[in-house]
Amino acid sequence: MKCLVTGGNVKVLGKAVHSLSRIGDELYLEPLEDGLSLRTVNSSRSAYACFLFAPLFFQQYQVATSGQDPLRCKILMKSFLSVFRSLAMLEKTVDKCCISLNGRSSRLVVQLHCKYGVRKTHNLSFQDCESLQAVFDPALCPHVLRAPARVLGEAVLPFPPALAEVTLGIGHGRRVILRSYQEEEADSTVKAMVTEMSIGEEDFQQLQAQEGVAITFCLKELRGLLSFAESANLSLSIHFDAPGRPAIFAIEDSLLNGHFVLATLSEPYPHSQDLRSPELCRPAPQLQAHSTPLLDDFANDDIDSYMIAMETTVGCEGSRALPSLSLPPGLQPPCSPGPHSEEEEDEDEPSTVPGTPPPKKFRSLFFGSILAPAHSPQGPRPVLAEDSEGEG
Amino acid sequence: MPLLTQQIQDENDYSLVASLDNVRNLSTVLKAIHFREHATCFATKNGIKVTVENAKCVQANAFIQAGIFQEFTVQEESVTFRINLTVLLDCLSIFGSSPMPGTLTALRMCYQGYGYPLMLFLEEGGVVTVCKINTQEPEETLDFDFCSTNVVNKVILQSEGLREAFSELDMTSEVLQITMSPDKPYFRLSTFGNAGSSHLDYPKDSDLMESFHCNQTQVNRYKISLLKPSTKALVLSCKVSIRTDNRGFLSLQYMIRNEDGQICFVEYYCCPDEEVPESES
Repeated sequence: MKCLVTGGNVKVLGKAVHSLSRIGDELYLEPLEDGLSLRTVNSSRSAYACFLFAPLFFQQYQVATSGQDPLRCKILMKSFLSVFRSLAMLEKTVDKCCISLNGRSSRLVVQLHCKYGVRKTHNLSFQDCESLQAVFDPALCPHVLRAPARVLGEAVLPFPPALAEVTLGIGHGRRVILRSYQEEEADSTVKAMVTEMSIGEEDFQQLQAQEGVAITFCLKELRGLLSFAESANLSLSIHFDAPGRPAIFAIEDSLLNGHFVLATLSEPYPHSQDLRSPELCRPAPQLQAHSTPLLDDFANDDIDSYMIAMETTVGCEGSRALPSLSLPPGLQPPCSPGPHSEEEEDEDEPSTVPGTPPPKKFRSLFFGSILAPAHSPQGPRPVLAEDSEGEG
Repeated sequence: MPLLTQQIQDENDYSLVASLDNVRNLSTVLKAIHFREHATCFATKNGIKVTVENAKCVQANAFIQAGIFQEFTVQEESVTFRINLTVLLDCLSIFGSSPMPGTLTALRMCYQGYGYPLMLFLEEGGVVTVCKINTQEPEETLDFDFCSTNVVNKVILQSEGLREAFSELDMTSEVLQITMSPDKPYFRLSTFGNAGSSHLDYPKDSDLMESFHCNQTQVNRYKISLLKPSTKALVLSCKVSIRTDNRGFLSLQYMIRNEDGQICFVEYYCCPDEEVPESES
């Protein structure tokens, strides 16, 4: 693989790497026929991000040297980021950037041609890897918001940098409301301040959602995409469904597109609905489905039918098709270790044992059932009960 | 003021008296070598040299010529003392380290001799602060025996071109490798870190290259942890001269222009880390 980026696009590439670096520790770089893809997933697998740079983005773009299979690789985000560390410098001094991936040297070579003839060559070590591919389809999400990134960027500006999650919903008069999310167990001093921003419908290019719908997601991960989209002067569209199902944040122009898929909080607690109720008036039908306090997140296993990490060695066309990693919980051995069964235990216990930690909020986007749709919380229960007793 | 006049009335009692209208002309240069707590000061009639060393491998010298000072007298042939540089810098910036437009801090510095404290009188807007810093037994400093006749390769670069390179050095690499050669790659800085290797090449005809005199190919490695502190001098300087001698010893000379347009020099010496295997470069 060999590609050449010139002029202002070097900074665009750098910015994309910066925004990816807010998500994951590893960067998956894969040259595809339709462009160079940069992807990452966070360690808890609750957030996935990808950028695809079209061949036209590059001065020169070559997927594979003739007769060779296209390579893909996984590198430490830190080391790739260090190449693009200073965006101001990229803009000021770098004329072009050449990225080449060569199987023989087992190095990803990033060469920056700078002002005054100075040349920086980074030979980064990489790992072979499978293709990282999340399965998601914005078209399947009933709710869509689209606004210039600047509007959303300014709206999240007042939120404290330390704030983990933010709730996005449609309130009275179809105003879009962003509100800092409070955990139930947070002590009262922390609860003292709630920040809320409300944006009028007229600021949105598209607002396809009824009053009362709301999702809660991690703001930190979104900030990266927002700042990228703002600098590129793009519109951001947000595709979402019921709480607990992943939200898709997308940007697109003729040379590149970016998708961030973030897990959203499932909120089965009346308490958290109180938080929303004044502005976001009545809960949507979807929310009512989750209104029993004891109902655990299991109802939301269907997010995984949306999004599954595909770790296959076959080419990407194939990898988009079949889910290979995850087992539906019903098929898993009762005492199988691993993240999935752990989570099941955690989630099940509050309904049986008082005083145990509250259920986990974000579910992994990648582990868990690909089968169980929303109406089968009972499905895996018998298995879980056995697990818990075995533990105790 | 009575206190002040009383204390400095008898100039002949002091082996060193120096005064300066703008204390930042001194503190800036001292900051460029402030990578260890203690420094040794030598004063002769030509000026003051302040030396900081680390690990017996690196030495930094700041030269403040007598001409920088408005008044400079040394009673003896040479005056030597060791001082806590951190404390000295704290005192010099006692009125604040960032300059306020239109206000200058003036300094008068007196040293009575062996065993006496260094006295600083700092004045800004009519307010005078008197600082006494205890001096210490001077330690012998290293002699790198770096002699210009043994210099094999020498380049002079505009500091701008190295600044970013040094601030972005891959600190997971143990060494910084400097290649100087009459042929390609001319002047190359390399690191070998966890993430892989990086090379930074400067062509000899680059506009950043003020002068290029390389006689033979030399590849030397220096401990990156020892060289990193020189970044402080680099950011203050306008030009840097990089020289290596026949033993691979490195000399970095930084030309620093102060607020009054006068030139001061800061110099770093560093000994090479090890023999470089022929195959790697």
